[in-house]
Amino acid sequence: MAGSGLKTIHLKLPASTEDLCKLEIGSVAYLTGRVFTAREAVYKHAIEDGAGMPASRAELGLANFHCSPAASVNPDGSHIVGAVTATASFRFAKWLDDWFKISGCNIIIGKGGMTSEVYRNAFVPNNAIYLTTVGYGTGALLGRGIRRVARVYWLEELGLAQAIWVLEVENFGPFLVESDLNGNSLFERENAKIAPGLERLYEGTRPATLRRYGETDDKTDEVI
Amino acid sequence: MIPMSTLERTAYELMAKAAIEIPDDYLAGLRRCANTETGDLSAFVIQAMLENYEAAKQDRRAMCGDTGLPRWYVKIGNEAKMEGGPVALEAALRRATARATREVPLRPNRVHPLWRTDHDNNVGINAPEIEYAFHPDVDWIDLTTVHKGGLFGSDYRMLFPGDGIEGIKRFYLDTLIGFGKRGLACQPAIVGVGLGGSKDTSVVLGKQASCLRVVGSRNPDPKIAALEDEFKQLGNSIGMGAMGFIGTSMVIDCHIEVGYCRTGGMPMSVHMFCLSSRRATARIHPDGKVEFRTDPEWFTDYSRRSTVEWERPLVEAAE
Ligand code: SF4
Repeated sequence: MAGSGLKTIHLKLPASTEDLCKLEIGSVAYLTGRVFTAREAVYKHAIEDGAGMPASRAELGLANFHCSPAASVNPDGSHIVGAVTATASFRFAKWLDDWFKISGCNIIIGKGGMTSEVYRNAFVPNNAIYLTTVGYGTGALLGRGIRRVARVYWLEELGLAQAIWVLEVENFGPFLVESDLNGNSLFERENAKIAPGLERLYEGTRPATLRRYGETDDKTDEVI
Repeated sequence: MIPMSTLERTAYELMAKAAIEIPDDYLAGLRRCANTETGDLSAFVIQAMLENYEAAKQDRRAMCGDTGLPRWYVKIGNEAKMEGGPVALEAALRRATARATREVPLRPNRVHPLWRTDHDNNVGINAPEIEYAFHPDVDWIDLTTVHKGGLFGSDYRMLFPGDGIEGIKRFYLDTLIGFGKRGLACQPAIVGVGLGGSKDTSVVLGKQASCLRVVGSRNPDPKIAALEDEFKQLGNSIGMGAMGFIGTSMVIDCHIEVGYCRTGGMPMSVHMFCLSSRRATARIHPDGKVEFRTDPEWFTDYSRRSTVEWERPLVEAAE
């Protein structure tokens, strides 16, 4: 089968900078340890409202997952987590520099990565890397890797979907290494390989008569 | 008389089925991609997805953590009678949606657009959407749920007749490439194209074309069917596969639906039904019998009728 030749790494969390140093873009990664979910509402609350982090780094871990689990709270206060899938990360870029400072995170897990500019400016100085989920619909596989919900923070303030879910995970994956400690991006590498064929593909097509503001005709651009 | 309790129970079961079981037609399409994909990374992604569907079925858990926006399509037979009438049906569909959110569980994805109020049950103002269609001569009700994922992969544009097929192709490619990069659209996808109608109709038709027609189905107009084949091929020759990695697996199938539009315009929409192409249908008969399937059979000769009167096809009329 094509694709089985990819390099696979099992990482224990929290990961050290030395561990992260070994990761190459395009490798497959599985995680064991603690990860926590945080997305826009958490960033806003922690950074813009000045609330800071709800718990210590040891309690939350250093791996931030851009996700809301398909989860619910039982009457006895315990939780069911069905499937987990990441949400698109690019829109969180503006908070990341501050976020790394207050959270100490060194792994960001999400969907679609960010631009290499964000990697260079925010990730590299903080020794952080980006892991992308696969598919992106591998929620059931990821769900299997969750051993238990260690704790939920800010459930009342932010709701089920936006709360911080601290998850104990084992062989949690698969993920692909999207950015390394030097700020290289796997997606951008692939975009660059696809770009040369685009001109031929568009031969025999015609730009729309009615244009739109802000439109680009450079097909090597991205929309994020 | 179709009992409302049967409708509500069936609606709940459909919600769970849609979230957990990938429809066979999409699965077969993705297996074909797995066999032909030569890009290493893209092939890895497809393989992981195939394993994921198995895991979802075995564990009875949602295939994707983003369980999308659950919505309803209801087709009511002209001779069908339901207990409590359509108002009771809408209430039953809303209750089933809320219960499924809690019990499957589904992710509560619906919030107020401004206040971000979350009822944690996927129900709210104008949510879930319920679309209706009718069918002549029959006494059943078809319930279909679609759990459409994705903030990306759909676009609308007003084209003009002078833009022609060349303009249609360009907008199709723009949408696939723009949202295909980094796999924002979670391809390989069932791509639906809505052509014509008024603006809103073109968007609705495109969405229905991607979500309510099965892989391999073709538009009854042979020229449109040929375009569907051509567009599928075109999408797969971008050079892009799953997650925007190098490859050939972008489009599992392409479906085009048309509606009569203004003489001066040619509105067009494109929609991508993602790796979690979730849909489930049930037919509920007056005697309480329920048949589940994955082909919504939404588009019919009747729904695509093109002139004032509906003339029954001879075969059916002879029965
Ligand atoms: S677009 Fe589909 S496969 Fe992708 S995350 Fe959303 S529901 Fe899952």
